[in-house]
Amino acid sequence: MIDLKNLTIEKAHEMMQKKKLTSVELVSACLKNIQEKNKELNIFLEIFDDALEQAKKADEIIKSGKGTKLTGIPIAIKDNMLITGRKTSSASKMLENYTASYDAFVIKKLKEVGAVLIGRTNMDEFAMGSSTENSVYGPVKNPIDPTRVPGGSSGGSAAAVAADMALGALGSDTGSSIRQPASLCGVVGMKPTYGVVSRFGITAMASSLDQVGPIAKTSKDAKIIFDCISGKDEMDSTSVNFLDFKVSPNKKAIGVPRDFLKEGVDPEVLKNFEESLEKLKKIGYAVKDIKMPSLEYSLPVYYIIMPAEVSTNLARLDGMRYGLRKDGIDMFDTFKKSRSAGFGPETRRRMILGAYVLSHGYYDAYYNKAWKLRHVIEKEFASVFKDVDFVVIPTAPTPAFKFGDKKSPLDMYLCDIFTTPANIAGLPAISVPSGFSIKGLPFGFQFNGPIFSDEAVFEIGKKFEEIRDMV
Amino acid sequence: MDIKDVENLAELAKLDLTEEEKNKLLSDVKEILDYVKVIESVNALDTETVYTIHNVWREDELKHPLFSRNLIINQFPDSQDGYLKVKKIL
Repeated sequence: MIDLKNLTIEKAHEMMQKKKLTSVELVSACLKNIQEKNKELNIFLEIFDDALEQAKKADEIIKSGKGTKLTGIPIAIKDNMLITGRKTSSASKMLENYTASYDAFVIKKLKEVGAVLIGRTNMDEFAMGSSTENSVYGPVKNPIDPTRVPGGSSGGSAAAVAADMALGALGSDTGSSIRQPASLCGVVGMKPTYGVVSRFGITAMASSLDQVGPIAKTSKDAKIIFDCISGKDEMDSTSVNFLDFKVSPNKKAIGVPRDFLKEGVDPEVLKNFEESLEKLKKIGYAVKDIKMPSLEYSLPVYYIIMPAEVSTNLARLDGMRYGLRKDGIDMFDTFKKSRSAGFGPETRRRMILGAYVLSHGYYDAYYNKAWKLRHVIEKEFASVFKDVDFVVIPTAPTPAFKFGDKKSPLDMYLCDIFTTPANIAGLPAISVPSGFSIKGLPFGFQFNGPIFSDEAVFEIGKKFEEIRDMV
Repeated sequence: MDIKDVENLAELAKLDLTEEEKNKLLSDVKEILDYVKVIESVNALDTETVYTIHNVWREDELKHPLFSRNLIINQFPDSQDGYLKVKKIL
């Protein structure tokens, strides 16, 4: 019997190299787990029927000595990443029957190394939400406590790793969507520097903010996935060759923007955060209070720029070339009927909001001003990174909450308060589990690093994992 | 913002909304705008709006397409002889 709970990608790879485990055995164990628990937890929208086929092929690659670290490892894929010939619905009625005609860059990379794509995971519709309650297929339940949300929007991917249904997963992060669910499910989630991972073949939400990244049990495992999926892609002109830009900070100083942590944070989250800082001090990090007065504008700036981009990106979904079509009396009526039947409430809300902030008369006050502030925030980060290696913030203001707990859209948006700064400034950031609440719910500790310091961010995540159980 | 604005925005976003939806959207969007308008009070006059973007050029060469024509055509909600069929425009 495979001990999936304690199995990491690193360990599984070692065992497969030493012929103590095959990919078929590993994938079978995950599939068994999925069959037992998915009905209740609603994590996977589809289990790929060729998962065992893929595993067999991976075993052959390993036998031939050509296996790499991800060969034969079961990876869960968020339902907004295209896989040729497979459905990619973004958990929306609009794309319920959409079949991808090409592979996303990250999928191509995973296929190249013989990773096993085990299935597609549930999410908030078009990646808009922080709880998966916006999925047209119903919410994912948190494996730690099924009466609570797993976070979102990559809630299915984080829960898949937490429930041992896959050893790793891909998520996408526009404002919180990898890190916040990772935090709420007690796993590691990392958002790379903007441009380090190609967005080609990912259903676009807000193009200046979207970034794909790994979810795994450890920072080391997350790094293994990152190494596979990062790199320049000629199909995404914002992607860069990461190796040309790598930055490794080494001042061993950590900055805490205390003024930013004053309001709306659960006292247990703060207590855990302070304890984590003490542990970092013990291993030689200087922990400094820093002033970042513009940080509090990250969330408002985010909720202007993001819906603006959403309203333009989602305009392409008009029921003409693919997706849901509901016939109307003429072309415009068909657009309207198709879009009205296809999009859920949160998606509509953001399109309306986006149309508003971009409209004549409000453009300067909202959109233009938000971009100016985005630069102010970027500059503020650049300036503090002259003195510290990382800026640390809790990942989420509360642990996992109950279904239906967030009564208004704004209540839900406030879940992203600590994660949007990294997207606004394009920084790499990692959420690492940092302990549990009295009720047994996981906390996440978040390191934000300078642009292109992705490797250092994984490195500090790894160090933090080594010391977090210190008393 | 009033109900007329919501109707105009719905027209721009190509959405049909029920009266109930319009009212709900109006109160939601008002609440969100109340929150985000905190940025009005920030002085960022000396900050230029620099869109940190630059053109990325490539040679205009024909490359082998990555896409399967059939897979694309199969997605058409309505088609005839391999062509996409849409409603009358004019």
